[in-house]
Amino acid sequence: MASSSKLNAKIPEGILENKWTKYRSTVHLVNPANKRSLEVIVVGSGLAGSSAAASLAEMGYKVKVFCFQDSPRRAHSIAAQGGVNAAKNYQNDGDSVYRLFYDTIKGGDYRAREANVHRLAEVSGNIIDQCVAQGVPFAREYGGTLSNRSFGGTQVQRTFYAAGQTGQQLLLGAYSALQRQVGMGAVTLMARHEMMDVVTIDGKARGIIARDLVTGKLQRHFGHAVLLCTGGYGNVFYLSTNAMGCNVTAAWKAHKKGAFFGNPCYTQIHPTCIPVSGDHQSKLTLMSESLRNDGRIWVPKQKDDKRKAKDIPEEERDYYLERRYPAFGNLVPRDVASRAAKERCDAGYGVGASKMAVYLDFEANMMRYGQIEANKKNIHNPSKETIRALGKDVVKEKYGNLFDMYKQITDEDPYEMPMRIYPAVHYTMGGLWVDYNLMTTVPGLYALGEANFSDHGANRLGASALMQGLADGYFVIPYTIGEYLSEEIRTKAIPTDNEAFVKAEAEVQERINKLFSIKGTKSVDHFHKALGKIMWEKCGMARNAKGLTEAIAEIQQLKKDFWSDVRVPGEQYEFNTELEKAHRVADFIELGELMCKDALNRNESCGGHFREEYQTADGEALRDDDNFAYVAAWEYKGESNFELHKEELKFENIKLAQRNYA
Amino acid sequence: MSHGNMNLTLKVWKQKNKDTKGRFETYDAKGISPDMSFLEMFDVVNEQLISSGKEPIAFDHDCREGICGMCSMYINGRPHGPKGGITTCQLHMRSFKNGDTIVVEPWRSAAFPVIKDLAVDRSSFDRIMSAGGFVSVNTGNAKDANNILIPKDDADTAFDAAACIGCGACVAACKNSSAMLFVSAKVSQLSLLPQGKIEKQDRVLNMVKQMDEEGFGNCTNTGACEAECPKSISLENIARMNREYLGASFTQNKV
Repeated sequence: MASSSKLNAKIPEGILENKWTKYRSTVHLVNPANKRSLEVIVVGSGLAGSSAAASLAEMGYKVKVFCFQDSPRRAHSIAAQGGVNAAKNYQNDGDSVYRLFYDTIKGGDYRAREANVHRLAEVSGNIIDQCVAQGVPFAREYGGTLSNRSFGGTQVQRTFYAAGQTGQQLLLGAYSALQRQVGMGAVTLMARHEMMDVVTIDGKARGIIARDLVTGKLQRHFGHAVLLCTGGYGNVFYLSTNAMGCNVTAAWKAHKKGAFFGNPCYTQIHPTCIPVSGDHQSKLTLMSESLRNDGRIWVPKQKDDKRKAKDIPEEERDYYLERRYPAFGNLVPRDVASRAAKERCDAGYGVGASKMAVYLDFEANMMRYGQIEANKKNIHNPSKETIRALGKDVVKEKYGNLFDMYKQITDEDPYEMPMRIYPAVHYTMGGLWVDYNLMTTVPGLYALGEANFSDHGANRLGASALMQGLADGYFVIPYTIGEYLSEEIRTKAIPTDNEAFVKAEAEVQERINKLFSIKGTKSVDHFHKALGKIMWEKCGMARNAKGLTEAIAEIQQLKKDFWSDVRVPGEQYEFNTELEKAHRVADFIELGELMCKDALNRNESCGGHFREEYQTADGEALRDDDNFAYVAAWEYKGESNFELHKEELKFENIKLAQRNYA
Repeated sequence: MSHGNMNLTLKVWKQKNKDTKGRFETYDAKGISPDMSFLEMFDVVNEQLISSGKEPIAFDHDCREGICGMCSMYINGRPHGPKGGITTCQLHMRSFKNGDTIVVEPWRSAAFPVIKDLAVDRSSFDRIMSAGGFVSVNTGNAKDANNILIPKDDADTAFDAAACIGCGACVAACKNSSAMLFVSAKVSQLSLLPQGKIEKQDRVLNMVKQMDEEGFGNCTNTGACEAECPKSISLENIARMNREYLGASFTQNKV
């Protein structure tokens, strides 16, 4: 298989270990005086956006940051719980850059680019150093050193954390760095602004059209380069662990302006979320993967067992992950754990009122910790109650905020009964196709963090999203953007009365007018829920050709219904959240169709993409490396028309193998 | 569509924008389930308003898992409602009874102008952060992370302060509209850690100066902020900030 001539990944020559070091030292530079006249637009203020904006401003570029929330600190990176990976080997347990690289490639089911992933592993240690220097309060040991824990898909302890609020602390670190630059005048902050379109001139990205969400006015902004750091598109499923505002609009507009969309069907269904409780539900809440360090997952061995969890004796419980995957046990990767939960529930062993849940049980480890504490405290022959009380305190210190959140939502006390959990949409590995420089197929237009497709293949390992977002922003883009901007030093700022800006704004205005003119009978949420149902049932945890074909037709019909029957109340020139949602849902509908087409095209199973037709005798994902070891990069060719381009994935350092966690 | 069997009366603050006068408007919330979150109850009400051709109620929200700090409702006289230690999005309808009347207002503070209905402008917090809520370290300057040893207790105390989500409930709760809890949480986090000690005097002086310029009131130690904080940020942070401010003022003579 040869890669499409339209895709040049620009992977540096040389042996894997030296690619990044060599490239970094030879990439073109922009001198400090020229940086001051180069303008960079950053859309999105999560880990990738804030870290990129702060770092570029520190270097001297003129930066503008846009976010739709009221402050950059609200971006959904804030909600990441468990941790951030780094190959520090502080635990002396055999970790290394190579091992993190290997685990990530294998975890991604051999569908990621080797060179990008190795670079990610190389800079992972710098991220921890940078965050600590900013004052991020990571968990520490009594000796004052940093503490680590394990995450799924690995056998070392390389995850750094701040209780169950690691994303919050990392984002606040990056936000601090960003606000410092705002205070110095190096960054202009545009909060409560949403990007409505990319402006291209002579094929290059030269700015954006934004809408001020408070006044409703459209604005034109010029940039020598535009960075999309706008996160993932999990909300295409309506119910997901994403924030309500997370959307694909920026990426989708870029796609329609020429940026290819990479592997849109790769979505991550996270195994440990609080189950759906009713049709009123607006979002799903994740229970951190870190809980699988100490929680054991099980269902009753007997179908439709009505007994309380506590009353089911040990020998009548099926710890199905420990049974099927003894080497990794409860810490298998997310896609494997999710499918295993679905398999048990579909077979009739699920628990709770809906029967669509499994138990996550801390009792055994509470008792184990309690015994250790009793030993430490020299308590001889402690009673069972004493041991449990001591153990409960340990669990509380490690996961207290998560237990509280669980109780708040479900009204059940997880210290007294096991949590009920079920998989939910969490992350999207797919995203805008980018080259080694993180540039999309549109020159000058970049995608960072979850918005790009590059590092996680078909399945992301836990605690790697934070790593990638910060790697892209702090340590990759500051170097790689020089390759493009060094050629732009003669380009003067383009006035925004240029016809390309005028035309782009007019198109946005036309769409707003259209949305208001429909005056239909159904709310935006109605269509979003309908889309989510199609996607979850036919393009969710398991997919097949028949369902996907049906889904494509259903989505096309839904699009027609939306554009003829949606009701958007209010007016343009005001704070109008329904109008915001209408734009986003219209884009989600178009993306949903492409996701189904990508899933239908990929006649294999890999990572989070599980096609029922392609599985091993044990029900594991069955890849087809001969025909599908490629990145599917889709080019927009007009309504419902997408052309596939392939980037061949060459594995020169890791041997392709059937993933085995048993 | 009915979801449950609770019926409630809402008295909600409606205001077109910061330049117009607001008023309370009454809405019926019917068929509410006790398992809904407070914001999901608002979703149901808005859905009904839209389908009957009326304007929905504007409110801020995003993550709906209690961490982004965006949601901000003043419910029956208390920021984030009747339960302690949670944000509005984590408040569930099981905390109310069938037939209840619930009064919902935006955060009230001169430094938080109303944008529309229940949504307010909290950009003053961002400006306070820009004045000094950081460690001045550029990307790439850092030494190996374990070269800085930090006693676990200090790291834990700094973490407790850093847990602030910047929602502004402290300001809304305070009769003086003081932002001292918010500011002191960041001052404390950074001054407790060796990385932040170098700039601690400038930091506290600059952040407090900006806080005053934004129009936040002073602290009179009533403790409403701590009581209403969804992340239980401690009043001790304010005491720590006052000590630091006093010390910095004397040594730098910048009072």
